[in-house]
Amino acid sequence: MHPAPSIIVFTVLSGLGFGLLTFLGLGIPTVFGGVAFGYFTVAYLLAVIGLASSAFHLGNPQRALKAFTQWRSSWLSREACLSVATLLVMGIYGAGLVFFNTKLSTLGLLGSLLSVATVFATSMIYGQLKTVPRWNSWTTPALFVTLSLAGGALLAGQIVFTLAFLVLAGLLQIVAWILGDGRFELAGSTQQTATGLGSIGTVRHFESPHTGTNYLLREMVHQVGRKHAQTLRAISLGLMVILPVVLLWLGVNYVTVGLAAISHIAGALASRWLFFAEAEHVVGLYYGKR
Amino acid sequence: MTTLPASTEKKLGLVIDLDTCVGCHACVVSCKGWNTENYGAPLSDQDPYGADPSGTFLNRVHSYEVQPTEGPAQLIHFPKSCLHCDDAPCVTVCPTGASYKRVEDGIVLVNETDCIGCGLCAWACPYGAREMDQAAGVMKKCTLCVDRIYNENLPEEDRQPACVRTCPAGARHFGDLGDPDSDVSQLVAERGGMDLMPEQGTSPVNKYLPPRPKDTWEEVDILAPLLEPVAPEADGLLGWLDRTLGKVGGK
Repeated sequence: MHPAPSIIVFTVLSGLGFGLLTFLGLGIPTVFGGVAFGYFTVAYLLAVIGLASSAFHLGNPQRALKAFTQWRSSWLSREACLSVATLLVMGIYGAGLVFFNTKLSTLGLLGSLLSVATVFATSMIYGQLKTVPRWNSWTTPALFVTLSLAGGALLAGQIVFTLAFLVLAGLLQIVAWILGDGRFELAGSTQQTATGLGSIGTVRHFESPHTGTNYLLREMVHQVGRKHAQTLRAISLGLMVILPVVLLWLGVNYVTVGLAAISHIAGALASRWLFFAEAEHVVGLYYGKR
Repeated sequence: MTTLPASTEKKLGLVIDLDTCVGCHACVVSCKGWNTENYGAPLSDQDPYGADPSGTFLNRVHSYEVQPTEGPAQLIHFPKSCLHCDDAPCVTVCPTGASYKRVEDGIVLVNETDCIGCGLCAWACPYGAREMDQAAGVMKKCTLCVDRIYNENLPEEDRQPACVRTCPAGARHFGDLGDPDSDVSQLVAERGGMDLMPEQGTSPVNKYLPPRPKDTWEEVDILAPLLEPVAPEADGLLGWLDRTLGKVGGK
């Protein structure tokens, strides 16, 4: 799949923002006044920049409001509704903390649950697609939600939660890569099933429908960068999980936490880039490509 | 709501005969022509006369070489467009309700004034049947020429999809696949019509008729026994040359 920068930025940043909101909603840490304002500003900036970035991906963003209508069937619509609901609920909860020194715990808990649900809905936009076997697995939502919580805990300065979720995210990431490598074969789609010609013999793509490229190939048969996949996996895991864990192990101060956050975000961006670049869409079979 | 209807009154669709298709691409051209000039946003091209041309097509013809275990390879031309699936994954993923499957005839359509161009439906389709128009930013797909098949301003023989009407080989058939007595259903039953990528669980309406078995490939040469070599070993001058060159060359 084509790793569009707008979608990579969207999923990583909004994941971080909603991760931070999850912890703020639970009152971990419970902050008031100016400090609360700082935390909520960071969370909202991340979530909103992420969501705005996703709008760049649209062909007709002026009609984006219509995406709130189909929550009964569409994960993308659910994600839109849940993200706005989260931001509204957490806005009221945050206003209570910042301006009235009041903690509306029930509302915070609701906001926390909505934050996790938003990230889950984001992950299911990809996880639901049978056409991309690597994504069509429990590992996609598990990894998205865990990464969001790890990043959120890190930004919230919760070292114990950060370490726990980082290690869990690292393990899930490794499992997702290992299982993901076999998903395409497991799904059973081949050039023979795609063309239905397997009963005659071995199918080979002889001639393309067109001399140039097309939308389908640009969007779904992205092959650049896969040859460096193993190196990128190591870099991604190192920056996303191992380096932050080591930094926090060495000591907890503004420098180590700041460096850990930068390293984690860089690693998460690399991981998300691979998530798209390594994913193979079954339509490639019609073009003799993966 | 972009939920799928539990059932549709008709299942209009295409039956494509892979035995008959000659790979002329006339269906591609007529499709592009009709659907550029009629319903919805035109099918745009980018850099059409330049170094890197590409464009939006609702129907494309691939060609495959199939190698049986014995005998020569077969070349099979393979037109591919929307299969108007009963369980269309492109419809349910749509966040705006722009994609829908019609209850009355089962045609899968995009309401372009509701489409935000997110591209998720194209990702959800295993067949590559949906293409985002790069000029209009909306998703384009086969409409089964919905503006022809019910169009009473057209002569009756033209009230079928442009690709079917134009096919010079008669490789494309249009009809109601939900009616077991329809011509297309009879054809599918008779020729063993098949689904593409059945493992994706999309229950496509369109069917493909597999190529008919080819004639057997046996070498029959009634003159062969009469043409056995008469002089297995060369003699005379040629024999001497053979032996001498063999010694020089070490053979």
